[in-house]
Amino acid sequence: MTGLVTDRLACQRGPRRVLDEVSLAFAAGAVTAIVGPNGSGKTTLLRHLAGLETPAAGTVTLDGQPLATLGPAQRARRIAFLPQSVQAYWPLLGRDLVALGRLPHGADLARPLSAADAAAIARALDRVDGQALADRPIDALSQGERARLMLARALATEAAVLLADEPVASLDPAYALDTMAVLRAEAARGGSVVVSLHDLGLAARFADRVVVLAGGRVAADGPPGTALQPAIIEAAYGVGFRMLAVEGQPVPVAWARRT
Amino acid sequence: MTRRLVLLVAVLYVVSLAVGPSVWPWRLGNEVGWAIFWELRVPRATLGLLVGGALGLSGAVLQAWLRNPLAEPGVIGVSACASFAAVCAFYSGLAAAFALALPLAGIAGAAIAVTLLMAAVRAGTSVVSLLLVGVAINALAGALIALVLALSPNPFAYQEISLWLAGSIADRDLRYLGLAAPFIVAGALVVQGARRGLDALSLGEDAARSLGVETNRLGLRLTLGVGLMVGAATSVAGVIGFVGLIAPHLVRGRVGFRPGATLVPSMLVGAVLVMGADILIRLLPTSVELQLGVLTSLVGAPFLVYAVRRARSAWLAT
Repeated sequence: MTGLVTDRLACQRGPRRVLDEVSLAFAAGAVTAIVGPNGSGKTTLLRHLAGLETPAAGTVTLDGQPLATLGPAQRARRIAFLPQSVQAYWPLLGRDLVALGRLPHGADLARPLSAADAAAIARALDRVDGQALADRPIDALSQGERARLMLARALATEAAVLLADEPVASLDPAYALDTMAVLRAEAARGGSVVVSLHDLGLAARFADRVVVLAGGRVAADGPPGTALQPAIIEAAYGVGFRMLAVEGQPVPVAWARRT
Repeated sequence: MTRRLVLLVAVLYVVSLAVGPSVWPWRLGNEVGWAIFWELRVPRATLGLLVGGALGLSGAVLQAWLRNPLAEPGVIGVSACASFAAVCAFYSGLAAAFALALPLAGIAGAAIAVTLLMAAVRAGTSVVSLLLVGVAINALAGALIALVLALSPNPFAYQEISLWLAGSIADRDLRYLGLAAPFIVAGALVVQGARRGLDALSLGEDAARSLGVETNRLGLRLTLGVGLMVGAATSVAGVIGFVGLIAPHLVRGRVGFRPGATLVPSMLVGAVLVMGADILIRLLPTSVELQLGVLTSLVGAPFLVYAVRRARSAWLAT
């Protein structure tokens, strides 16, 4: 099977089953949103997809090959991962931050970059509209601007798979919309994009496919219209939802806590 | 910047060969002059170069690795642990029976301290509490050194505490140089291979791993490298504090804060600082020559306070 595939993936943390029987295939050219309440296993799933954790049971394969046998360098070239609220510990220049995304291709920040690396960095900056941020130290930027550069860092790897863990969690609406547009463009380019989201409205509007996680299991998997039905998400979140139709598109809105 | 630093290191090395009770000893033209040159000045200047380079480079490595601008072999107890292990080797008679026991003990002591600190970082320790762990290691190692020396049958041993806790590179002969130099050079080479991994760690451990860095192997390499450098340096020179703190701070801004690019310039600045301080204590009109570690601490401790304040306000500790 091509692309990134999980088969009956499970994760065990002490007595708790964090993921159980998760079988998903992520196709190229599509944005898949992973939604679900806090603690439902979104981050754990993405960390498994990125090859950062060893499955307790089941497998994660990329084009048929288990991630564990892929080797860290090759895996890094083919799967880019944007961790949740990732921060840089040093006030690097914007350009150097994005250049970190080229490390899997052998770039060395202490040496002049190769033409291919420089071109990939320029492309990534273009895609997040971040050329103006390239020569500024990131401690002089706003949180939204830093988040854009972090996204550019993941794009600069030009991997077949892009995993983003809550990339819009702390962004204002303008940046959130920009980020989703960049992810859509990455899918249009042929990338396989997997993004975890808290905002079901964004998931409904921008994802080709939505996976609803609840208690570490897949509660629903399909196009937004089927996966985000009130019955499914009300059971997953324990919250009453109302469906609004915006420009003919149903958008779920959390309405009242169910007692 | 690197080229200018190399030039400065070369100039200081020559000055270090020349300065002392007998200035320009080789101009005496007799046996005494050459004996002073070979037996005293060459080992002293070369040790200054190597020990300073080792401390500057180790400071840069530890700060990048622990993602903490205040990490430094002296402040966080790595040097003190190496010193304690060296003292044990020295006063148990092991070093007399087997010369390499001295640097090897120092290396083991330093590696143990680094491993303890890394465990603290893994457990999610913040910038400040990592320093507290370091302070605890430091205090414990200092107390153990005092204990071993107090129990030593050698009547002069107790006076030598100051030597191990406030380092010095005076009166070391070529033998000491030969013991330490290979390990220091090996350690410096080992950490050079970690440059790209340290750059990736700017984004934290998860992102670094997703960029293909095997953080466990990187950790082993850095523990080995820092252990070799700090252990060997400390086993012949004692604890020379704060050099590893100051050196990376002086160069970081000039290389755009890239951790990997900080390594070589920090090594050179470390050599400049130690050789410069060692020349200064020979020129100061004190009745007894000051210990090198005393001078670096006098300068370095206020610098630490300054660095803490700056780290708080500007960027880190968030």
